[in-house]
Amino acid sequence: MSMPETAKTSLRAWLLTNTPTSRRHARAAAIYQGWLSFRGNHMAMLGLGILVLLVLIAAFASVVAPADPFAQDLALRLTPPIWQERDPAIEGYILGSDSLGRDILSRLLYGSRITLYIVTLVALLAPIVGLFVGTVAGYVGGWVDVVLMRITDIFLAFPRLILALAFVATLGAGIENAVLAISLTAWPPYARIARAETLTIRNSDYIHAVKLQGAGALRIITKHIWPLCISSLVVRVTLDMAGIILAAAGLGFLGLGAQPPSPEWGAMISEGRKFILDHWWVATMPGLAIFTVSLAFNLLGDGLRDVLDPKDGSQ
Amino acid sequence: MALAETNGKGRRKSPLFGIAKKTGTTLATVAATMLGLLFVTFFIGRVMPVDPVLSIVGERATKEQYDAVYVALGLDKPLFVQFFYYLTDVVQGDFGKSLRTGFPVWDDITRVFPATMELATLGTLIGVFIGVPLGVLAAVKRGTWIDQIARVVALIGYSMPIFWLAIIGLLVFYGNLGWVSGPGRLDIYYEDIIPSVTGMILIDSLIEGDMMIFRNAISHIILPASLLGYYSLAYISRMTRSFMLEQLSAEYIVTARVKGMSEWAVVWKHAFGNIKVPLITVIALSYAGLLEGSVLTEIIFSWPGIGKYITISLLSADMNAVMGGTVVVGLVFVLLNIFAELLYKFFDPRAK
Repeated sequence: MSMPETAKTSLRAWLLTNTPTSRRHARAAAIYQGWLSFRGNHMAMLGLGILVLLVLIAAFASVVAPADPFAQDLALRLTPPIWQERDPAIEGYILGSDSLGRDILSRLLYGSRITLYIVTLVALLAPIVGLFVGTVAGYVGGWVDVVLMRITDIFLAFPRLILALAFVATLGAGIENAVLAISLTAWPPYARIARAETLTIRNSDYIHAVKLQGAGALRIITKHIWPLCISSLVVRVTLDMAGIILAAAGLGFLGLGAQPPSPEWGAMISEGRKFILDHWWVATMPGLAIFTVSLAFNLLGDGLRDVLDPKDGSQ
Repeated sequence: MALAETNGKGRRKSPLFGIAKKTGTTLATVAATMLGLLFVTFFIGRVMPVDPVLSIVGERATKEQYDAVYVALGLDKPLFVQFFYYLTDVVQGDFGKSLRTGFPVWDDITRVFPATMELATLGTLIGVFIGVPLGVLAAVKRGTWIDQIARVVALIGYSMPIFWLAIIGLLVFYGNLGWVSGPGRLDIYYEDIIPSVTGMILIDSLIEGDMMIFRNAISHIILPASLLGYYSLAYISRMTRSFMLEQLSAEYIVTARVKGMSEWAVVWKHAFGNIKVPLITVIALSYAGLLEGSVLTEIIFSWPGIGKYITISLLSADMNAVMGGTVVVGLVFVLLNIFAELLYKFFDPRAK
């Protein structure tokens, strides 16, 4: 009993030390202390919990889901949810069924895969493009900076949803194109942030030192500037995730995202809209799912900002 | 310049010179951004998988007819020459004809834009009149339950899909409770009665003095405007709160309190007075966001504004309308941004 206890406390002491013995040690200690202050933020922990649950649901959708999300049963179409007055002989359909008699709960559970897929791809694509454009503009400067920033401004000036709409209409409706369209409208703010960070770092002593050692622009940007831009980008990306989910759902709602019969939440709302007056649950349930997930991302983003970006944290 | 600094006349001129220079730079920025905007729009229009010739001559046209229209549209010219033609047309306010409505796109836009403006303006007003006091209150009562409520209100606003909230709003307030009127700007029997002066029905009906139509228009606009207002409120209240917190922790506030000034004067005269300029910037940005972001709301409420116009044109492959609409919305967006930036530059001495 005492052995693991001491091992645990010594690990904790090792992580909380003020005199790190190696670079890795210092990094581990910083991460651990960040985690400790993050853990104190209950709302952020709630957000994290919801998102972990979402990932688990997406991974094990086939196990968790009570029914096949595509199986239709027209005889049981538009069955109300279980707590509503309905034919007691009907089994299952905890959240009711849609206009084709499909189980809404199962569709929601499977739909989490699509949401995660879109969010992950956009969250990888847009910040990388932004990071690249921003750091190059900031580091190289001169006319490269002017041209790149002007392009960024042009994309910022576009109405976002309309630009995404136009691109999806051009490329054809579908999840991958929705991802491309959303990324295309999402990268400019990241470029701005990365550029601002680069400008503050560019003239610091350690960059000059690396330069004197003979490092080229490529090495300086990738090894010495990118790592410092990451934390502010991570915060921004997490805070933007909710917006990405809402944009994807909006495209799905307009019929330009995932195509039927895929259980994308926005498309499900659009289907349910026709029956809203008499069968409220068909459109309401997917909306609640979207709301829960984007709320979780917002809570997590707020918490991360407090940990990673203490400048705004006090606000 | 050296000469100008030596005599008194020159010194009076130099701020004017500075303003002229600033205006020049701003104009150049706007022009460059607009040029890029036009280019991207043009590019999207050209790569769209829609054959503009086929949509004019129809499926059964002969090869000769097809070629004639192809040449007439200038499609045989190189791409940059086509872009140049497009540019000269746009500068003259000619966006071509909408294939869907049959009217020139510019006429369509001047017809639908006031509807969007009416909605966005009312939404912003709601956002400002609730959001600003809420933000100030949250900052003053920081950490109390009022602050928490303000935070939750904003968080929900950031996380809620607007089209879903709109549908639920219609279900509850129109379908179940019957407090508001349904989609559209007016009941059908009120339409086209009052002459269009501004294109905004609320204002037009007031000009006409027709209170019946005014009340009917209010009952239609109140729900979509409140929804947009809620989103604007979420953003404005958060920004107000963080601006105010920054001011309230400043030393001059402590001084004012030590001097025995009333709390009301400290908060509203001193702290709030200092956040007016950044706040107006935020409001301008939020207004621009509502102008462009009301696409989904307009579709659900069948609101005949520019968002709905562009979306429907897009879905029916009406390229001229889509390109024209996008350019106009982009221009408004750029202008509002510039306005916000100029405001900052001229009224906030620290930004100079």
